[in-house]
Amino acid sequence: MELIKPNINIDFVGRRKMAICFSLLLILVGLASLIFKGGPSYGIDFAGGTLVQIKFTEATDAAAIREALGGVDLGSFAVQRFGEEGDEFLIRAQNTSAELEGLSHAMTAALEGKYGAGSVEVRRAEMVGPQVGKDLREKGLMAVLYAMIGILVYVSWRFEFRYAVGAVIALLHDVVITLGAFSLFNMEIDLPVIAAFLAIIGYSLNDTIIVYDRIRENLGKHSKEGLASVINHSINETLSRTILTSGTTLLVVAALFIFGGGVIHTFAFALLVGIVIGTYSSIFVASPLLLFWENRKGGQGAGKIATAGGKA
Amino acid sequence: MARSLKLRGGLVLLCLLLSFISLAPTFWGGSLPGWWARSFDPIHLGLDLQGGMHLVLGVDVDKAVESRLDSTLDQVESLLAEKDVIFKRAERLPGERLAVTVYDEDSGKAVDALMQENFPTLEAMTLSQEGGYIQKNYRLSDQEIVNIRDYAIRQALETLRNRVDQFGVSEPTLQMQSDDRILIQLPGIQDPDRAIALLGKTARLEFKMVAEDANPEDAVNGMLPPGTQLLYERDVNRQTGEVRETPLVVYEKTALTGDLLADAQVRIDTRFNEPYVGIDFNPVGAKRFDQITAANVGKRMAIVLDDTVYSAPVIRERISGGSAQISGAFNEQEATDLAIVLRAGSLPAPVKILENRTVGPSLGRDSINQGIVSVVVGGLLVVLGMAIYYRLSGLVANIVLVLNVFFILALLSLFKATLTLPGIAGIVLTIGMAVDANVLIFERIREELRLGKTVRNAIDAGYAKAFLTIIDANVTTLIAALVLFQFGTGPVKGFAVTLSVGIVSSLFTAIFVSRLIFDLFLGNRHIKRMSI
Repeated sequence: MELIKPNINIDFVGRRKMAICFSLLLILVGLASLIFKGGPSYGIDFAGGTLVQIKFTEATDAAAIREALGGVDLGSFAVQRFGEEGDEFLIRAQNTSAELEGLSHAMTAALEGKYGAGSVEVRRAEMVGPQVGKDLREKGLMAVLYAMIGILVYVSWRFEFRYAVGAVIALLHDVVITLGAFSLFNMEIDLPVIAAFLAIIGYSLNDTIIVYDRIRENLGKHSKEGLASVINHSINETLSRTILTSGTTLLVVAALFIFGGGVIHTFAFALLVGIVIGTYSSIFVASPLLLFWENRKGGQGAGKIATAGGKA
Repeated sequence: MARSLKLRGGLVLLCLLLSFISLAPTFWGGSLPGWWARSFDPIHLGLDLQGGMHLVLGVDVDKAVESRLDSTLDQVESLLAEKDVIFKRAERLPGERLAVTVYDEDSGKAVDALMQENFPTLEAMTLSQEGGYIQKNYRLSDQEIVNIRDYAIRQALETLRNRVDQFGVSEPTLQMQSDDRILIQLPGIQDPDRAIALLGKTARLEFKMVAEDANPEDAVNGMLPPGTQLLYERDVNRQTGEVRETPLVVYEKTALTGDLLADAQVRIDTRFNEPYVGIDFNPVGAKRFDQITAANVGKRMAIVLDDTVYSAPVIRERISGGSAQISGAFNEQEATDLAIVLRAGSLPAPVKILENRTVGPSLGRDSINQGIVSVVVGGLLVVLGMAIYYRLSGLVANIVLVLNVFFILALLSLFKATLTLPGIAGIVLTIGMAVDANVLIFERIREELRLGKTVRNAIDAGYAKAFLTIIDANVTTLIAALVLFQFGTGPVKGFAVTLSVGIVSSLFTAIFVSRLIFDLFLGNRHIKRMSI
């Protein structure tokens, strides 16, 4: 079976202006949402706070839970439905009382008072102190940064610096858009989401490198054609692979998103968005960036990339 | 060719056998011979999957430095008194300093000499003059401060380990996380409240004489005679559960501390059928206890744990046996835990709970089930897609995909890595990405076939050309995964582990094993058309 005909020739490079507009639009919408909401919303891993997950024997609603918890000294707190059944809820308080156990007991007592004894089960209780939250936030940021630096170095070594710059800009593009999507859909960033970001970085790069690799190979073969044409060629030649691999990866991530359960819902969401954007960016962002770089330098570089390619 | 085929086939079979051996205990743990189950642990599940408690405790190391200075101060005072050096006062000042104020130059010199001889870790600082007195300052050296902190956290770790061991949790993890933090993981714990109470307690046991002539009422209002302090005696009413706190004035100077304990056991008072904790001192403690009780017959001695008075019995007679009892209003569980913390020793500094994540076993089970469903559904979709798209060659890709998951699990078990929920997600993601290598190879082979090459040549060229691309693409993902491993704790680390292991294993299966299958199939046959 073939989805993409072997002699396909879509003019991806010619549509790069459109692609840039599209990317800018996505980034701007995301940034606008981030600014409007006062920055990304962090889960308790990064913001600190207390989170208790409670399962009831029957379905109920957030308002009733709020009412039942009125007498417990929680400070300000939020009640949020968890999963599809309507019998499981997350209660999040900003307080980081060292007496977390005391707190979850007080909650259980208050809720059992309303719903009846034995009808309430604390499935998870987490408390993260403000200092730990701050440390984790810094460490998370550093991890994303270090991963990018490591990749920059590796790609510079295997290809050439300009490829590395293109790849890293494409990665930033992916992470910023995913971040924007999180803000837009009111999802919280917690520790596993950072892991998802790093996986996105890895995946998107995987995709980008495969196209770059083809560009390098084709520059050696058809050095007279001009860079734009070679890039276009290469994207088309790898298109079949790009679509198939993205397809299989999306299939599994969708399975994770649908069946994986509430605990890793945001994680799967990050992967879902990241993989779509990562695939798009390696076709429409990373490769045209090479061209942009060349044009700026007066279009004398095509041959140079070819020799660099032969070396690696 | 035939020889290389045999070698390669042998290698793959060896890997398969090894994987089977290491994974068998995970799947059929009970029915295997003992030596087998003993040498290969089943795959270790993270706290988010099996339920349990993850705690990060912050050790107040500055307090350890302070209490070291306090005890040094005690020694300085008694030394000065012993040597008849006249001084106005000795005190601890902020900035890890001790200060001794004297009246004249000569005493100052005497103090300096004494300090240098007896406390070489204290550095003399510039002296300051105030109102005709001379204040001599001594500061702990930076190195010494580092040492004290370091020692405090190590000792805290040791003490906590003792407590956890006596608490009876299987496979607990305790490790230092940074200069002042300790990570504790207690899998499958049934009673989180009790664990918190046990681990969070400083358990500093002190015996202090009650200042009988001081009036507790005045003390509550802030009138405290010098050298004494105000503590509260805790009393629980058995019937109502009401806690009553009675003020009690004691001398600041500690008569005896819990450091000199040899043992602590729960016993039952037969008269009232109430539990108490019986303690035995070591020889040094027994001797001192003997002296103290002899000198204070008829007076009350307060038994103080973490600044709360448990009881303050009257010393009726000299006690020489070296044992005493702590009775207070506790139930049997509380008495047991008190005995545990006393046996395990006190923490060198107070600890604070900075992070606490407790997952109940039912959520963990749900997570495992959902994880398995995701793996199966995702895997089936991919397998189906590959079979439709590449037909027989797709089947080869699918065989190696199944092998890949098998190898990943085996490697996790061999490395004794922990499988977490994000770790399962890592496996799911790997399944999606692992076929990439085969897709790259197959697309290349198709291109070569289109150029009119023979099947054998097309396969050779396809593998050769795709090889570097695959390596480059995977090394970058590996970089991201390794960074994540460095940064991550708990569940996130589990993701990094499965992702890294997944990459390595999928390179092996997708390039090496799939090629082997093709070569075995082709053999010496002459094949005109390829199902790809």
